[in-house]
Amino acid sequence: MPDSSPSPIPARAPITSLPAAIAAHVRDGDTVAMEGFTHLIPFAAAHEIARQGRRHLTLVRMTPDLIYDQLIGLGCVDEIVFSYGGNPGVGSLHRLRDAVENHWPHRLGVHEHSHAGLANAYAAGAANLPFGVLRGYRGTDLERQTDIVQTVTCPFTGDELAAVRAVRPDVAIVHAQLADRDGNVMLWGITGVQREAVLAARRAIVTVEEVVDVFPERTGAVILPSWVLSAVCEVPGGAWPSYAAGYTTRDNTFYQQWDAISRDRESFLKWAAENGLPAR
Amino acid sequence: MTNWTSAEMMNVAAARELHDGDVCLVGVGPPNLAANLARRTHAPNCRLVYESGAIDAKPRRLPLSIGDDDLAATATTVVSVPEMFNYWVGAGRIDVGFLGAAQIDRFGNINTTVIGPYDEPSVRLPGAGGAPEIASAAKRVIVIVRQSTRTFVEKVEFISSVGFGPTGQEREAYGMTGAGPTLVITDHGVLEPDPSTNELTLTRLHEGVDLATAKAATGWDLKVADQLVTVPPPTFVELDALRRLQRREEFVDA
Repeated sequence: MPDSSPSPIPARAPITSLPAAIAAHVRDGDTVAMEGFTHLIPFAAAHEIARQGRRHLTLVRMTPDLIYDQLIGLGCVDEIVFSYGGNPGVGSLHRLRDAVENHWPHRLGVHEHSHAGLANAYAAGAANLPFGVLRGYRGTDLERQTDIVQTVTCPFTGDELAAVRAVRPDVAIVHAQLADRDGNVMLWGITGVQREAVLAARRAIVTVEEVVDVFPERTGAVILPSWVLSAVCEVPGGAWPSYAAGYTTRDNTFYQQWDAISRDRESFLKWAAENGLPAR
Repeated sequence: MTNWTSAEMMNVAAARELHDGDVCLVGVGPPNLAANLARRTHAPNCRLVYESGAIDAKPRRLPLSIGDDDLAATATTVVSVPEMFNYWVGAGRIDVGFLGAAQIDRFGNINTTVIGPYDEPSVRLPGAGGAPEIASAAKRVIVIVRQSTRTFVEKVEFISSVGFGPTGQEREAYGMTGAGPTLVITDHGVLEPDPSTNELTLTRLHEGVDLATAKAATGWDLKVADQLVTVPPPTFVELDALRRLQRREEFVDA
């Protein structure tokens, strides 16, 4: 007999505290995607993950940025899936480099895409497809990473195209400007690959600048309905030193200062201790 | 204005290659400077596209990152990153892609990934980012890079973005839709692919640079065009606009 009982009414995304949301939804060994393309990067959530001592994470992110440089240096990360590992406009991510070049604090597994490849891997995950397809990677040495990139032949034209394995994170975490009291989320400005990351993931946490009764009318906004989210947390300034358009500005000075802070292990560990972020 | 640096000359020479109305994909660093300089001088209707999603951005001052709010706020539209790479870059809607390089070889192949073996690199570089698709599908590609034997190598250690392929003849077999690196602009001069072999050939020297210097800064036996042209120095207008951009002065007429 087929189950004829009605579908359960989707639960509203509970509006909860950030520590509670991380404790409930991020586990040791998880694959975690924290996205935000320069804009709306969920730094506060990453710091909470570090404070709660999560370990053996696989982190997915197009541009690892300072947010993953910090988690890598703190020892939370076993593997990374990415497409551009620099401090934009400044230079290197020194903690990422130290992990790859010198295995400090331990060896880091690397799975490396181009932006187009990783964007399509997320889009495939969001669409519940096993792979994404693009006209890319041909002739590059990135093609050798056959665990994430393969070649497929178009059944219609015979063209050889790249297939990228879908990214299906256990958890996606993004920051946004607004949530309403039902836990729907609105974000705008540079919206990056956040919607794809959230829809590709099994669980999703969103930190927001503000919870409001009614969303404003806003051209170009992305809405994430509450029923695709696991938790929504009000965390004003939760994107610092990145920014939330309309609320905060990017702290370019901190991005520049990070170069010196992160360049050697001692100054990094001092910064971590001063900010209550345990290294392990 | 009689004094300028070699870096200023490089950025000015790159800016001059943008035509008014060109759709230009802009990356961080010198490409960002050159594209915005073109918009401030001879190409006010040059359309700037940033891989963060901003299409037709009209930045009021030089953006420090490709995801600055000013880019989104002044853009004609902002699209998601998958849309940017699939509909706009991959589909060939970009006229000019500006790229940088950590290493470049005689066939214009670019390494921005690692120095040394991939699994145990001596230097881990940022990686490919958006460059492979830009290198493949932009109608033409301009590479901006300072010239030295460390950068200009016989063979790159890792192909992050394809120029003309390992032997210079692979673009067609790879199914690439754009023309590839049509210009490599350095602090010494300009290199262009040979029409038959695609080997990068020095065709222009910046004013005040001698040929021996350019050859000594190249890690292979640099081919030189029969007719070597001298690039005129920056004009007062170009240098003034460039320096105002670097000071991040707001342009109210943008």
